[in-house]
Amino acid sequence: MKLQRDLSSAARREFLGKLGLAAGCAGTVAAGVGALGAVQEAEAKTDGGASFPTPDYDWTKHRWGYGVDATKCIGCLRCVEACKKENHVAGDAHHFRTWVERYVYLEGEDKPRIDSQQDPVNIAASGSEKEYRFANRYKDAKVEKAFFVPKLCNHCTHPACVQVCPTGATYKTKDGVVLIDHTYCIGCQYCVQACPYGARFFNDVEHVTDKCTWCYHRITKGLQPACVEICPVGARVFGDLNDKQSPISLFIRNNRVQVLKPETGNAPNVYYVGIDKEVN
Amino acid sequence: MDPLHVATFTGYVYPNETVIPWSVLIVVYPYLTGLVAGAFTVSSLYQVFGMQRFKPVAHFALLTSLCFMLFVPVPLLLHLGHPERAFNSTITPHLTSAMAIFGYAAGFYLCLLVLETWFAFRPHIVRESQRKGPLRWFFRALTLGSDDLSENAMRYDRKWIFALAVIGIPAAHGLHGYVGFVFGSLKSREWWSSDLMPVVFLFSAIISGVALLIVLYVASCKLRKIEIDLPCLKGMAYTLWGFAMLTLVLEGLEFANIVYKGREGIDTIMEYVTGRLVIPFFVIQFAVGAVIPILALSFMIWRGTTGRALVAGVTASACLVLMSVFMMRWNVVIGGQEIAKTGKGLLDYHLLIFHREGLVAALSVVAAPFVLLLLMTRLFPPWVIEAETLTHA
Repeated sequence: MKLQRDLSSAARREFLGKLGLAAGCAGTVAAGVGALGAVQEAEAKTDGGASFPTPDYDWTKHRWGYGVDATKCIGCLRCVEACKKENHVAGDAHHFRTWVERYVYLEGEDKPRIDSQQDPVNIAASGSEKEYRFANRYKDAKVEKAFFVPKLCNHCTHPACVQVCPTGATYKTKDGVVLIDHTYCIGCQYCVQACPYGARFFNDVEHVTDKCTWCYHRITKGLQPACVEICPVGARVFGDLNDKQSPISLFIRNNRVQVLKPETGNAPNVYYVGIDKEVN
Repeated sequence: MDPLHVATFTGYVYPNETVIPWSVLIVVYPYLTGLVAGAFTVSSLYQVFGMQRFKPVAHFALLTSLCFMLFVPVPLLLHLGHPERAFNSTITPHLTSAMAIFGYAAGFYLCLLVLETWFAFRPHIVRESQRKGPLRWFFRALTLGSDDLSENAMRYDRKWIFALAVIGIPAAHGLHGYVGFVFGSLKSREWWSSDLMPVVFLFSAIISGVALLIVLYVASCKLRKIEIDLPCLKGMAYTLWGFAMLTLVLEGLEFANIVYKGREGIDTIMEYVTGRLVIPFFVIQFAVGAVIPILALSFMIWRGTTGRALVAGVTASACLVLMSVFMMRWNVVIGGQEIAKTGKGLLDYHLLIFHREGLVAALSVVAAPFVLLLLMTRLFPPWVIEAETLTHA
């Protein structure tokens, strides 16, 4: 939380700095100019990536990216559980920073049957909304093709959520992650509407919008996001796109990757391998 | 958790979509904004375009517009997770956000409306401030130290009213077109993502405001036991008739565009409109709320209906239009969210009764401007001003 606050205040400082400059030029609000000028000065000292968000982390030196190899995913849902625990996400069937979709093509059917861990049948199989399991619901059916697709925030290069946020509480960091300042968000949920991927949700405890941060508190310390760390089959890949030998750079170089809903122009930064035409 | 927006679903929807983000209050919000814009239109037809037949409702329209405008932010504030931070979008606006800019547009329009109302009612305010009575000090404060009612001063006031009304036309209509943009500019939902959305919102706003004014004017005449000014009513009926036809065509075109383009997810949209949406969309919004009033008004205009039949026919048509526009807002706001972003599933919004964002709250927000208007007409009787201007004209 503190991390998000720090980062957002930097963005806000930048805005206020520009505002201060504009106000100064116009010669208006004399008192305000002084205050804003001070903010600008403070920004000049902190910008340049010296101390965000951990003392030795420089967000100008990284460009994070994420890969999903759907051919490897076994639908164990440990990633969902790890994410919920790591990020204190509400333990119910309506709030997920990451989830897994199951696509099943049955013999004689044109369209796949799709469900995720939040489907009532799967909840019934696990016995609780806090336990994540895919029910063995197709055991008696003739399955032609089936696969799992992990989903999460795409941390788009042109995020529609950031575009619509009225306060700037949601913003894109210099290392390519889309974050939300929970202390500044007004909870209008315009960003929830704007996200084409359904990645955002309303946090009923803090009354603000919430979503995946690629575990920003971990990756800035050199760790992997919880979902990547826990994945037993290596279906989730994460790394620095600036490093040509990082897992994500190799993943993109060695595979023919695609992104979800490219027609939106959002330019997602989660790259997929092994998904089907029905996945969006 | 808060059970408000948890929706049941069919097909496949993203897990987070099972909580519907925008409730009935976000239906009420564009509805109120539309009434403001529509009522202002009628006022402008007199103040700017000099249509004398609207004189009996010109000041009343202004007062109506103001009363409704004052309550426009309420549904938004009730909806926000942190209403106490609402001004964050004004203090540090994110300039690419339609919602942030809306705050400024709405603020500007509200100031304009207050100013125009003040000029329009200044003679009444000054007179009341000089009269003995408990409200004397209230009116004295409202004069802002200006109690000059000379012909020169009044000419000056009229200039201001004209200028404000002229600026008010793009402001009021831009404001509502902007509300349409809030929805139409989102590319995440096929049901919303339409270039026609701002125009559809604008025209439906105009008809809702005119319809509201018709109903309020007729009701006020009945309450005051005075005769209804038929040329004025007929003028409003003509306005309603013309704009209702345009609105119907635009709404039809918008729907035709979605169907004809048939982009990804159209199967789910068709399943929705031919299933659950048949009654609210085709029957209530289009047939009962748009086609019937247009036919009824056409008939009355063609036959030259007058007297009580005209009053009854126009008022009934106006009531249907008010219902239709509300359903249009509902079908856009709630309908858009009931069609999943996956394009492969449908959700079912459940309206709660007693909740911060429930039915009672929504009804209260809709009712509040009427109560305020009742109070305002007591303090600032528009009929007195109309009568005066009639005498001085």
